[in-house]
Amino acid sequence: MTIGIVSYGAYVPRYRIKVEEIAQVWGDNAEALKSGLMVYEKSVPDIDEDAATIAVEAARYAMVRSGVDPERIGAVYTGSESHPYAVKPTSTIVAQAIGAIPNMTAADFEFACKAGTAAVQACMGLVSSGMIDLGMAIGADVSQGAPGDALEYTAAAGGVACLIGKNESELAAIIEDTYSFTTDTPDFWRREGMPYPEHGGRFTGEPGYFKHVTNGAKGLLEKLGTKPQDYDYAVFHQPNGKFPTKAAKTLGFTKAQISPGLVVPKIGNTYSGSCLMGIAATLDQAKPGDRIFATAFGSGAGSDAFSITVTDRIEEIRNKAPMVSELIKDPIYIDYARYAKHKGKIRRS
Amino acid sequence: MASVPRFWRGIGSRYNLEGTRCNECGEYFYPPRNFCVNCRRVGHIEPYKFKGTGEIISYTVIHTAAEGFEDQTPYILAIIQLDEGPRLTSQVIGNPEKIHIGMRVRSVFRKLGEDGEGGMIYYGTKFVPENE
Repeated sequence: MTIGIVSYGAYVPRYRIKVEEIAQVWGDNAEALKSGLMVYEKSVPDIDEDAATIAVEAARYAMVRSGVDPERIGAVYTGSESHPYAVKPTSTIVAQAIGAIPNMTAADFEFACKAGTAAVQACMGLVSSGMIDLGMAIGADVSQGAPGDALEYTAAAGGVACLIGKNESELAAIIEDTYSFTTDTPDFWRREGMPYPEHGGRFTGEPGYFKHVTNGAKGLLEKLGTKPQDYDYAVFHQPNGKFPTKAAKTLGFTKAQISPGLVVPKIGNTYSGSCLMGIAATLDQAKPGDRIFATAFGSGAGSDAFSITVTDRIEEIRNKAPMVSELIKDPIYIDYARYAKHKGKIRRS
Repeated sequence: MASVPRFWRGIGSRYNLEGTRCNECGEYFYPPRNFCVNCRRVGHIEPYKFKGTGEIISYTVIHTAAEGFEDQTPYILAIIQLDEGPRLTSQVIGNPEKIHIGMRVRSVFRKLGEDGEGGMIYYGTKFVPENE
């Protein structure tokens, strides 16, 4: 059976803050941070934007691209680590806003930065089993970084929605297979009721990101019997620019393969939207027949790897909604004070 | 802000600009009417989802906001005429110095407000300049 992406939509808020602006507040060396992280600026949500509004905008763009009847959608799953409510689904808000209610199921996913791809896998399962016709999987975040913490330089806002289906004539990209690698690794967490996450510093690197990304990627390559050279493009979770670049090199992928999907230097880490944003940016320019290898990572920790082949239909749907490059151009730069206001870091009482 | 049930009753029109249209005279209504003011009892009202595009008829820039909106000042409040005809009042996200009467706008999904830190969050439609 063929399963794949019927449509996709991305959304990135318009505001940006530069690394220099954050660094001057905390007395850090901006040049060292930029070269170390390979991140130069990050997206910031507007005062009236959150993970739900971002998820809705991304899902609406996916619907515009697909042109399908929203009543065909049997599941809406939203992955995020910044759901606006602790109890009350983001996914019901999205489902209502895209006209998919009421004959459907919905739930919210949480797995640090890979909650969006976990939602994609769940939709793949429901679609392939015949339980649903189409499934909407979303990764969206307005991620948090404590003032002065290293995360503050990268924790950004954005989201991507993927409409998953199985009618071959409707698929813009076929997902040939997926593979996950999961362990209990406490590299990053946020306790209930706490405003900011905490992390294990350098521990997030080798035992967290690199172990899971490389094992997930190798697992899928072995399962399919494919090699990095068989793919035209590659996307790895991008918490910064350095990690995916290093992971790609370790696995045998080239800079040219990851370049189209590497959006983190301009928008930062969109967490649950991060890997999907890279996939969306790659789909924006891939040709029919091109193959994309993608691996998402979520702290805690796990990875989801995907092998994707683009179909002829990509050319029909691509220009019906804004591409990632269009969404990230023409930003409005703000200073740290306004950033702090947008992120709710300043309290009036 | 509105009470929870009052807001819930209007979710369809707030999220998706769901209104109505009279098939007899062709007039569109937003917020939705279940009775045509032109055709009265011979009217045929049907649900209609507005495209979400229109233009600014008039606007004001709010500098002294009501409670809950203090962080957004200065912000634009405008009367927008939807392309199908009805007019509504909405916040327009954009630079107050660039706003003008006749500006084309499109709908977006945003937070309209919230009942404090523990209360309900009210989502719905606002507008942005069409080319943004």
